[in-house]
Amino acid sequence: MTLTKADIVAQVYAQGQLTKAEAADAVERGLELIKEALSYGEEVLVSGFGKWSVREKAERRGRNPQTGDPLILPPRKVVTFRPSRVLKAKVQAQLKGQGSAPDSADGRQPAGKVIRPGYF
Amino acid sequence: MNKSQLIEALAKAEGLTIKKAEMVVNTMFGSVEDALILGDRVEIRGFGSFKVKDYDGYQGRNPKTGEIIEVGQKKLPFFKVGKELKERVDSVD
Repeated sequence: MTLTKADIVAQVYAQGQLTKAEAADAVERGLELIKEALSYGEEVLVSGFGKWSVREKAERRGRNPQTGDPLILPPRKVVTFRPSRVLKAKVQAQLKGQGSAPDSADGRQPAGKVIRPGYF
Repeated sequence: MNKSQLIEALAKAEGLTIKKAEMVVNTMFGSVEDALILGDRVEIRGFGSFKVKDYDGYQGRNPKTGEIIEVGQKKLPFFKVGKELKERVDSVD
């Protein structure tokens, strides 16, 4: 199943604090504010979820894949997303069944950064 | 911009109380998180999509000690930037 913007609006509405129209506007605006910040090159950090940042890519030589002609690709800016450790751990927990905290045995956390069980 | 700044900006722009704006922002990220935990995809037009990528396990090495370690199979959240956001980020100088 795929979660869409309409589903997110429905979940906001279901909290019972906003009308449907207000919920739709608020979700749209929230996304717009994030996009705006990123378009100014600003980072967006949502703790416990992840961080979007803008990276500058240098100019590089590429090829037209159809003709094989060499060409220069101009420098550009791209958005990258890094999920937080908390989100990664929750998604990873799918592998081992619902809700289990990650155990250190699978060693996927960077050394020295231990997620305490029960932290989320 | 962090979450509380986003909440403040949203409250201001939509004329909502901070409490309500906070509920909106938390519900937005919470719903994405819930979907990913279930292994579902998330698709937000103009912004991007999220999915869970499966990675096979492999034999790796500790770069410091050279020791061989078994890296287990893993699942990681992955975000793909949407067309509108991609274009906007690249166009403003």
